[in-house]
Order: sequence, then structure tokens, then C-alpha cells
Amino acid sequence: MGKTIAEKIFTAHLRDEPFPGTYVLDLDRVLCHEITTPVAIADLEARGKDRVFDNTKIKAVIDHVTPAKDSKTALQGKMLRDWAHRHAIKDFFDVGHNGVCHALFPEKGYIRPGFTVIMGDSHTCTHGAFGAFAAGVGTTDLEVGILKGVCAFRKPKTIRINLTGTLAPGVYAKDVILYVIGQIGVNGATDRVIEFRGNIVDEMSMEARMTLSNMAIEAGGTSGICLPDMTTVEYLWPFIQNDYPSKEAACEDFRRWHSDEDAVYEKVLDFDVSKLEPMVTYGYKPDCVKAVAEMAGARVDQVYIGTCTNGRIEDLRVAAAVLKGKKIAEHVRGIVSPATPKIFKDALHEGIIDIFMDAGFCVTNPTCGACLGMSNGVLAEGEVCASTSNRNFNGRMGKGGMVHLMSPATAAATAIAGVIADARKF
Amino acid sequence: MKKTFGGPAIFLDRSDINTDEIIPAKYLTEVTKEALKPYILEDLKLEGFDPKGEVLKNARVLVARENFGCGSSREHAPWVFEVNGIHTIIAQSYARIFRQNTFNGGMLAIELPQADIDRLFALGKDGAVEITVDLEGQTLKARADGSEENFSFDISPFDKALVQAGGWVDFADARY
Repeated sequence: MGKTIAEKIFTAHLRDEPFPGTYVLDLDRVLCHEITTPVAIADLEARGKDRVFDNTKIKAVIDHVTPAKDSKTALQGKMLRDWAHRHAIKDFFDVGHNGVCHALFPEKGYIRPGFTVIMGDSHTCTHGAFGAFAAGVGTTDLEVGILKGVCAFRKPKTIRINLTGTLAPGVYAKDVILYVIGQIGVNGATDRVIEFRGNIVDEMSMEARMTLSNMAIEAGGTSGICLPDMTTVEYLWPFIQNDYPSKEAACEDFRRWHSDEDAVYEKVLDFDVSKLEPMVTYGYKPDCVKAVAEMAGARVDQVYIGTCTNGRIEDLRVAAAVLKGKKIAEHVRGIVSPATPKIFKDALHEGIIDIFMDAGFCVTNPTCGACLGMSNGVLAEGEVCASTSNRNFNGRMGKGGMVHLMSPATAAATAIAGVIADARKF
Repeated sequence: MKKTFGGPAIFLDRSDINTDEIIPAKYLTEVTKEALKPYILEDLKLEGFDPKGEVLKNARVLVARENFGCGSSREHAPWVFEVNGIHTIIAQSYARIFRQNTFNGGMLAIELPQADIDRLFALGKDGAVEITVDLEGQTLKARADGSEENFSFDISPFDKALVQAGGWVDFADARY
């Protein structure tokens, strides 16, 4: 009987099976940020176990609130910073070098096919775009990961989602994943791995695949995995070129992680997305999804472009193409947060920052920012934000605020119109 | 350290109660569990529910519907229950990370089928409900005003071991 990619990764990393059905895996990466890690650090200190299992496999960043906004966030940053220095964690990213974790770590080449990755952040599933088993965990799992380099999981059941057809112009990975979540529901993949397959995924860039994988958790998924291919190799090539004689050789090596032809899936879902339109959420759950056409005209107060879902250079390019030569509506506050310093610089050099600023956007430093309402860009009671982020829970971006999730193109069009709008008409 | 389970219950009659409702992100600037205490369920909008009310204050058990704890990985969600004395959560289903966080902290995230959850809610409609938990026997007893309902529950051997060890750090430290 064949294996899925998740099963292959589990087999290759199995440290222990303390009870039937519980798999303790060796970890290739333990990623840390300043919101969920400090309590783990404090607890390790209190236990007299202020150690790390491998300081080359641990990567850390201050990204949720940066630069610090008050004494409390300054303390969180300090705790992570001191800890990283104390343990000589070389790959630690502080102000000036920091960016949104799920954009920054892939950009640095830290994630490889077949890796096991945990982080105290639910959107860690993003890294599954590289053919890794990447899962969000809480602080205790993170703490054990830091100390012992292991994490426990139940044996993964996999839902295979085949995305086929041709994406219409103006329809993006974000529209695809919003549609999929709308179809399977916020609980549709709980305790499951989603394996994204089909020609639509094959044709996607790594950035677009990261957008897909990023939102697997919004359907409850443990991880959202894409199979590694030449697109993966091209993205990683600067980091792996000394490991392989050629790109073809790297691609062939990565193939060992591919699910077998006779792998067993719990469920296989086929979606032909040829007729898909731009999508947007309308409620307080990510599965409350409609076509933009059905929501067109709904007023917004703020437009937020950025985050681990859609703050990459490809996203900014798409939004800038819509915004070029135009002004955003007078009543709209436009905020754009390039996800990493590299993305910021690329956007600067490509003239994208000019386009955003000329349109009337405020450009912030790379940070998670408004997405979770604990930093800048918080909404007032009753306000509405059109956002490229991944979560629209009640009050997510500030108490009493409402968030509509959408693609960067739709967000840009909405900023110009001041109401939810279809970018294809601009 | 092993926790104690059971006591007066609070009923939250809704599915998909998410981590932002349990503990809003603005409080994630805290670096101790204790500091979270006053903010429990602050953003949960649910008819008849008062996050500052006596019922929540006295509760030691929380009962909800499907997909409880969906959303963020923040362990602050089970912590805010822990520091308010709620060590037992009973729901039809959980989001994976929340469920694991709860067991990792040595607390109970008990899953019951819908019919059992319905029975519990029905009991809760008649007044205060007191729940006792027998972890060894994997049974629950719910009492309300003369009525009593009994339930049995499944728990994975691993999660049970975590609860008995007092949490995942102690378990992992002893073994790896």
C-alpha cells in the first residue's frame, strides 16, 4: 500500500510511538516569534532547563508587534532577543531585518521538502507549500520542541484536493482557497492534512502555493501540503545549489517525497475552478464566502494589504497594477505592509511603493500589523476592513470591527472604489 | 502537577467558538498566565452570557458544541480557563491545536457525541449543573436539581498520560 507525502515524512522522522496512534517526530525546524515563545522561555528557565536542542534548527523573529509599541511588547521582544543571544541562535531577526515569519523563513531558504516544522503560530501550515509537514502548535509543544527537538502528532489522515481547469484572468490563489474553505467549511479538515494537487497547483508560483497552504488551518487542517517540483527547486536554488549537481537532480531528489500513486486518502475532492470568480468573505468565519459580485458596493473604512497570506512581492505587484495612476477613496484608510525587508526593497526598486503612496496608502514596516488587532491599524467599533489576511473572526482586527477577506487585486479595487469592488472592472 | 477535574458547569450553546473570542489578541502582550485572568471570553457575544457574571466565575467545567477553540495556536486560550479554575472542557469536537494545548497543560478536553452534548445542554436548561469526572473509568456524572445523567467518554492513551503526568513537558522530559 502506497504512502501519502505526510505519511512518508512521518515515517522518516519517527522518534517514538509511546502509544498506538501517537507519533513523536524529530523536528527539522522549530520556528519562534515573540508572542508565543516568551512564556516557553520563562517556563524552561523556571524548570532549570534553559537549553535548546539544536541552535541551528531553531529560527526566531520578532514580527507580531515591531518595533515594540509599549513596555509589554518591549519585554516580549527582549525575552526572545536575550534568549536567542544566550543560546547563539544565529538566525534571529530583529528590527531592521525582521518580517512576517511565514514569509521571512521561506525567503531565507530554511524550509525544504520532507521537513518537519513547528511554530507557535497557527499559520505555520504555510510552509507546507514546500512539501514539508508544517504545523502550528501552542507554547507547550513549542517548549518541548525547543528543549527536545520533538513533537507529537496523531497519524495524519489526508484529504486530497484536486484543483483543475484554468484560472480566469483576475482570479488568484486567494480566491481559490477562499472557495475551497467555503465548500468544506471551517471544520472540514480538522485533524487532517490537506494535500493540494492538480494542474492549478502545478502552475502556481511558490508565493501562490504559500497562499493556499496558509489558509489550510482556516478549514481546521493540520498542514496544507503541495508536492515539491521544479517550481520549488527554482525558489530554493540559491540555497541548495551546492547540494545538487543540477536543478534536475534536485527535482529528482525531491520526488521521493511525492505521494505514491496508490496512496490511500480519507477523501478526494475535485474542484474545477475554471468558472471561479473573485471571492470575498461576508461573515465572521472564513467559510462565509461569496463571489465579489454578490458583495459589490458594501462600504469599507480601511483596506489592509499584507500579512502572511498576501504580503509577498507577487501580491504587491498585483495590487499595484490595479492602483497605478489612481487614488483611493477619500473615506478609506489604505495600509500596506510588505511582509519582509527584501519584499519592501524589491517593491521600492520596482516603483511599487511609489504607486501605493501616490494612491494614498500608508506604507508600514514589515510586520503582522493589523491582521490580529494587537499592533497598528486596529479598527474602531463598527468599522469595516477589506483585508488580504486570513481570518475574519468577530473583533479580530479590533473590538467591534468587521473584516472581509479577499485577494490583493480585490483589496486594491475596493480601496479605489471605497466599497467592495471587482478588480477586473478597473 | 496533576489537576483536579469537575465542578459547576457553564454552558456556551454555540459551535466554532474561536480563540479570539476566548482571549483577544490584544492581551497576548502578557508574559504570565495569571495576567490573563480578567479577560476570559471577553469578546464572546452569546445571548445570556456575561463574561463578568457569577456563573462563569463559579464554573469549573465548560460545555460547548462543535469545533471549540478554532483559530489561533495561542495557548493563552486554555491558560485563561486554567487561571480561572476551569480545568475541564466538554465539547462535541475541538480544533486540533486547542485540544492538544489543553492536554499538553494537563487539562481535559473531553469529546462527546452530539446526542450526549444535547443531553447535557438539556440538563443545563433546568438549572445549575454539577459535573464529576472519573478519568480512570472515563465516565462523567452530571447532576441538576434531582436529575442525574451518566456519560462515558473516550480519551486517547497519550492524552490521558499527559493529564496524569501533569502535562507534556514533564512527560517529554522524562522520556526523551
